[in-house]
Amino acid sequence: MIEKADQIFVILSHWLVSFLPVWLQQPVHVLLSVVAIIVTFPALFAITVLLERKGLGRMQNRYGPNRVGPYGIFQPVADGIKSLTKEDIVPTSADAVVHFLAPVFLVVVVFMGYAVLPMGRNMTLVNMDAGLLFFFAIGASTELSVFMAGWSSRNKYSLLGAMRAVAQMISYEIPLLMSSVAVVMMTGSLSPNKIVDVQNQYTWGLPHWYIFTPWGLAAFLLFCVAATAETNRSPFDLPEGESELVAGYFTEYSGFKFALFFLGEYVGMLAISGLGTTLFLGGYSAPLQILNWVPSWCWFFGKVMMSMCVFIWLRGTLPRLRQDQLMNFAWKFVLPLTLLNLVVAALWRFMGDGWLRWVVCSAILLLAYTVMGRLGMRQKHIAPRSYRYAE
Amino acid sequence: MLGEGILKGLGETARNFAGSFVSAERLTTVQYPEERVAPIEATRDFPFLVYDGKDWEAGLRCVACQICEKECPPKCIYIVKSTDKKPDALGKPQIYPARFDIDISVCMSCQICVEVCPFEAIKMDTEFELSTTDRFGGLLYDRKELAKSNEYYHKIHPTEAAETDARLAEEKAKADAKAKAAAAAAAAKAAAGPAVAAAKPAAPVSAVKAADGEKQG
Repeated sequence: MIEKADQIFVILSHWLVSFLPVWLQQPVHVLLSVVAIIVTFPALFAITVLLERKGLGRMQNRYGPNRVGPYGIFQPVADGIKSLTKEDIVPTSADAVVHFLAPVFLVVVVFMGYAVLPMGRNMTLVNMDAGLLFFFAIGASTELSVFMAGWSSRNKYSLLGAMRAVAQMISYEIPLLMSSVAVVMMTGSLSPNKIVDVQNQYTWGLPHWYIFTPWGLAAFLLFCVAATAETNRSPFDLPEGESELVAGYFTEYSGFKFALFFLGEYVGMLAISGLGTTLFLGGYSAPLQILNWVPSWCWFFGKVMMSMCVFIWLRGTLPRLRQDQLMNFAWKFVLPLTLLNLVVAALWRFMGDGWLRWVVCSAILLLAYTVMGRLGMRQKHIAPRSYRYAE
Repeated sequence: MLGEGILKGLGETARNFAGSFVSAERLTTVQYPEERVAPIEATRDFPFLVYDGKDWEAGLRCVACQICEKECPPKCIYIVKSTDKKPDALGKPQIYPARFDIDISVCMSCQICVEVCPFEAIKMDTEFELSTTDRFGGLLYDRKELAKSNEYYHKIHPTEAAETDARLAEEKAKADAKAKAAAAAAAAKAAAGPAVAAAKPAAPVSAVKAADGEKQG
C-alpha cells in the first residue's frame, strides 16, 4: 500500500500506456511525463504567487488579496484572465521576431531544466548521467532570453535591465556551479539520481543529507545566495528594479508575453529550488527514517515549496542591493568562499571518519566567513570634507 | 558579524507575519465597502446648495447673484438667472437660479464658491461615492441634484452649520431692527409735518424700500 502511494504516478502512467500498442508505449509515457511537468509547475507557480502576495501582505501588516473567492484563493485565476485579455503591444521600432521569441524561449528553457530533476522515486523524466551539467547548461541559457528581451525592445530601460541581468547572472553562475561542484566531488557523479541515492541513507534514523555537514551547509548557503541572484529575486532584483528601470528587461512587454516572463521567473525559481533540494536536502528522501512511509514525491514538493517560502520571506525582508555591492559580493565574497569550500570538501573526504574533521572543517569555514565578512564590511573612514576656498 | 542584520530583519518580518494573525491592532486595514471610517467633521469634497424648509425649490437660499460662477477657478458652475421673482423661504420675492449646474468632473473642490457666497447658499458636501457610468450627464449636477436641506448640512458639518445659522439669524435681526427704525423714522416724519410729506410724498416709501433691500442682504 505504502509502496503503491509512493509510486502512484508511475503506476498510473504505466497503466494508461498499457492500452496502447507496444511501439507507442515509450513515446507516450514520455509525453505523459512532460505534460505532467508542464501542468504541475504552473499550478505550483499559481500557488506560489498567491502565497507570496498574501505572505508579503502579512509581513507588511496588511491582508493581501482577499476579494476573489474565499480568502482570495482565486486571485491567480483572475490575474491569468486579466493578462490573457490584455492588449499585446509591440513597440513599432522593436525587433518584432526577437521580441516575440524572448518570452517563449525563456519558458521553454526553464521547463527543460525539470527533465533531470528526480521528483520522487523513479520519477525522473530523463535519467541522465550528466544531469547536473545539463541543468546548468539549460539554466545558463535563460540569460540569452533576458538579453533578447532587453535588446529587441529598443528601449533604454530594457537594455539597461538586460545588461544588469546578464552581468549579474554571469557573475553568480560561477558561485552557483562552484558550490554544486563540492557535492559532485563528494558523490563522484553528475547524476541527480545518484546524488539523491547517496543522501537517502540513515544513521540512527537521521538522514545523510549534505546540508548536515560543514562543507554542505556552507555550500548550501552559498548556493542559496547564488540561486537568489540567478533568478533575479529580491534582494538581487536589480534587473527589474522598478524604482529606477520601470520594469527592467520586460518593460516593453504587456499582456500574455508579460505573463510568460512572470511564469518563467517563478518556474525558474521552482527549478532552482528543486535543484537545491536535490543537491543538499536529500531530494525526495524523508527527513527522518520513521517518516519513510510518506510518499517520496510529497517530500520533494514539500521541500521545494519550503524553499519558495524562504524566497518570499527574503523578499519581504531585504532591500535591493546596489550594482557595485552586488558585484563586490559575488566576486570578493561568495566566489572565494565557494573555492575555499571545495578545499574543505576535499579535506572532509580525506580526513576519514571521526570527530576531528568536523572540528577542522567547521573551524576553517567559520574563520574564513568571519575574516572575509570583516574585510568586506570594513568601512573606509572618511574625514569630514574640507573646503580649500569656500571657507 | 556579516549577516547579523539579515537575521535580525528576518526575525522582524517573521514577527510581523505571525503577529498579523493574532493581534488585531497590527492589521489597520479597513475593508472599505463593508467597513467604513466615520468621516471627520472637516471632510469636504464637492459643493451643494442649501435650502431652508421642506420644499427644495422654494427654499433655495441662492439668489443667482453669480459671484460663485465668476470666482470659480475651473469654471465648473453655470447659472441662468430667472426673469421673474419668486418668494423665498421667508416670503420675500427674490430672483432665483433658473439653472444652476456644477460639473463635478471639472470641480477641483477648492471651496472658493463657499467662501465668496454672501448668502450662505452654497456649502461643501461629504458625499464621495459619486462614480457613474455616464461620464458627461452623470457628472453634471443640476440644481435639483445639488439642493440639500439645511438639516442635512447640520448633520454633516454640525459646528459649521450652527455658526452659519447664528450668523444668518444675527443678520436677520439686524436687518429687522434697521427696518423697524426706518419705519419708525418714517412714521415720525409723517407725523411731524404733513406739509413736508406733501412736498415729498415719495420719501417714506423709498426709505422702506431701502430697508427692505437690506433685509434681503
